[in-house]
Amino acid sequence: MAATKTPVLRCQHLGIQFGGLKAVDDFNLEIGESELVGLIGPNGAGKTTVFNLITGVYKPTEGSFYLNGVQMNGKKTHKIVHAGIARTFQNIRLFKKMTVIDNVKAAMLRELHYGMPQAILRTPKFWREEQAITERAKQLLAVVHLQGKENLEADNLPYGEQRRLEIARALATDMKLLLLDEPAAGMNPTETEELLEIIDYIRDEFKISVLLIEHDMSLVMKICERIQVLDFGTTIAAGTPEEVANSPKVIEAYLGKDNEVVEGI
Amino acid sequence: MTLSLFIQSLINGLNQGAIYALIALGYTMVYGIIRMINFAHGDFIMIGSYTLFYTIPLMVNAGMPAWLAVVAAVAVCAVLGILVETFAYRPVRKAGSMSALITALAMSIFLQNLAMVLFGAKPHNVQAIFSLPTITVGGVSLPLNVLLTIAIGVVIMLGMQIFVKGTKLGKAMRAVPQDKDASTLMGINVNRIITLTFCIGSSLAAVAALMYCATYPRVTTDMGSMMGMKAFIAAVLGGIGIIPGAMIGGILVGLIEIFVKLFAPGWYEAVTYGTLIVILLVKPSGILGKNTGEKV
Amino acid sequence: MTKQRKIAYLLNAVGVVVIFALLMALFAAGVFGTSTTYIQGICTTACYTVIMVASLNLVVGFMGEFSLGHAGFVSVGAYVSAIVSGALAGKGLSDLGLFLVAILAGGLAAGIMGVLVGIPALRLRGDYLAIVTMAFAEIIRVCFCNFSITGGGKTLSGILKLSTFPRAFWVMVVCVTFMYMFVRSKFGRTVQAIREDYIAASAAGINVTFYKVLTFAVSSFFAGIGGAIYAHYMTAMIPTNFNFNYSAELLSEVIIGGTGSLTGSIIGAVFLSALPEAMRQFATYRMLCYSVVLVLVMLFRPGGIFGRWEFSLTRVLGRLTHRRETAKKGA
Repeated sequence: MAATKTPVLRCQHLGIQFGGLKAVDDFNLEIGESELVGLIGPNGAGKTTVFNLITGVYKPTEGSFYLNGVQMNGKKTHKIVHAGIARTFQNIRLFKKMTVIDNVKAAMLRELHYGMPQAILRTPKFWREEQAITERAKQLLAVVHLQGKENLEADNLPYGEQRRLEIARALATDMKLLLLDEPAAGMNPTETEELLEIIDYIRDEFKISVLLIEHDMSLVMKICERIQVLDFGTTIAAGTPEEVANSPKVIEAYLGKDNEVVEGI
Repeated sequence: MTLSLFIQSLINGLNQGAIYALIALGYTMVYGIIRMINFAHGDFIMIGSYTLFYTIPLMVNAGMPAWLAVVAAVAVCAVLGILVETFAYRPVRKAGSMSALITALAMSIFLQNLAMVLFGAKPHNVQAIFSLPTITVGGVSLPLNVLLTIAIGVVIMLGMQIFVKGTKLGKAMRAVPQDKDASTLMGINVNRIITLTFCIGSSLAAVAALMYCATYPRVTTDMGSMMGMKAFIAAVLGGIGIIPGAMIGGILVGLIEIFVKLFAPGWYEAVTYGTLIVILLVKPSGILGKNTGEKV
Repeated sequence: MTKQRKIAYLLNAVGVVVIFALLMALFAAGVFGTSTTYIQGICTTACYTVIMVASLNLVVGFMGEFSLGHAGFVSVGAYVSAIVSGALAGKGLSDLGLFLVAILAGGLAAGIMGVLVGIPALRLRGDYLAIVTMAFAEIIRVCFCNFSITGGGKTLSGILKLSTFPRAFWVMVVCVTFMYMFVRSKFGRTVQAIREDYIAASAAGINVTFYKVLTFAVSSFFAGIGGAIYAHYMTAMIPTNFNFNYSAELLSEVIIGGTGSLTGSIIGAVFLSALPEAMRQFATYRMLCYSVVLVLVMLFRPGGIFGRWEFSLTRVLGRLTHRRETAKKGA
């Protein structure tokens, strides 16, 4: 039975309507184990909406999606996270007034089994479990090169480090599929380079798959094994970076409305 | 329940509702523009009522109709509204909603206790404002001043709606809550618009005071907070920030109060609050409110 | 548990015992003369107010939502405990036993009420949640006004005077310790994450609704305990005691003390329950001053006097010994 592997993520005809507007229509995607797939498209193409669908922020009005063969649509966000999909946000959403390490620990709730009486009475189980997640949180922070910054307030980190902290928080949920929403936005070339190293490392170390939204085309072309292009909610191209780059539809979508590719400057 | 009792209660309910609606209008306008629950609004009514209490005898002695005292009440309340906004609310506006809420609560406590110091704790009786006869139609007695109250309420509501939708100032008032910075760029003096809103809101409180005193001629220092609470509920029920919402909410609360009082006098408040809870759970931003989810 | 932690706990325990011993010694020595009972009463008031304010701070400070209906949960605790102690009086329980059973019953009833109110209400946020909590508290009040078992709108009197100062003090210590431990565990961390960003919290695998309702229920539980001590100290009460003004007062004490600081709640509650008594001669001006102080705090310290700062005896002692050591080195 193990001959054909079920893909980590499978989206089938996924779609959502807001009022009369089809924000995403007939979205199909398969991501295998340890694969890195890019999702690109002009502004307002529906990329973040796809993320919101897969993470349960919105409920799909059409189609369905599966994580390791288990149907996930209609489930609450936190259940989907428990099943193994974690994400970062386009406009960073950290727990700003909490320390860096608490940001990561907050995502490790499932590793803490102590109940309220144990917490209040500070039983050995409490200390043991808290100790364990503190250790793991430190390791994860080291993975994203944030060691030594554990006790800073998250809000005080520079922009690039905040983005990396979001990745550490996502890793803390112990997921199989990581959704990165424009992780390199606003980063300078050195920071972007560092981020790419981290993404590579995570993929090898934790054996996870990554779905990545990115505006920086050169970055996407460089690291993604496959790319899917959205425009007006529909897929206009999918394939290897070369195939996508040569697709007339993609060229039209991008060059036809040249200004839209440039965002947030 | 006989038909005449029903009609009687309906009219009483509308009367009560018109008063609530007018007060709710004040809450709604202020909330609409700065997203703050102005807890002191009810106390503006109390101040307005005390002004009426003191000025009506002067009016009557001068040979003028008693209701002209409302001019004095409007002036006092408008000035008070501007003062409260400028000295208490404006400085904390940037500090966040929690600070604004507490400041509003503090202003409410302040005004009530100031009134206690100035006017004493004893209730006062206001002289009759409208000396209109009561007519009886088919076993239903209709005090004309009740009808007049309803009429005043409806006229003011329509006037406000036209003002906000039709005039340039009204447009500015609608623009400010959308985006303060953009409004400033468009040449709107945001602080002036907010002060104006408070001024109008508290003037409405003075009119509400007149309507209230015409029906229940008794003033106490805590009358405002009790009435204000129900009117506020009315504003939220209808959809806070929306003028027709205040009207619908006010009349709904007035009718519920009068009709429930007929059957279970002790429970009318619980029914009003219960209605609020149910409506908010079904429509989280009130009957006419638009649901705006947070963008992810 | 490390040795350092053990020392810290021991130090705090010693600190609390010292404060208690000091107060008891002052009362016993008759320093206050004829007003000893009166001062003791103020201290008892301060104890239950601390519990109420600190419990409200769980919701306001740590969960970041307004509650304008805390008095509702206080009243549930007060009435239920009064009924329980009335029913169990003379059934062979000692006074202390009766007191403990009554406050526990009050707390549990309020906690259950917290779950019942929290499940529907916590779907809303911000101002709307504040309004709905207020509405629920008013409904609770109206119920107590109409039920005959709670006095039917008249004063319910003849409640046993079980809340002595030592009992109130130790219950307060236990309650505040529990709340502190709650906040400094996964529960506090989770609920603070929800406060910071509920969307990110759910994306981090947190069941937002569950933890909100849980915190609300814990807060209500302690509010109920506060109410129970109140009932057995006052011995008579009427539902209007627990109206909106009382909720607003508790909320403003939280805010003045500092949202998210239990230290602030304790000092705020002690200060504000002692202040009105100290200013009794100026009763009319008292609330006037109170409101002005409130506005001034909002103007100059929007986060409350203590902000999120927590007092730590270990830290203070650590600093003292450190200073002495450096002084020695310098000499």
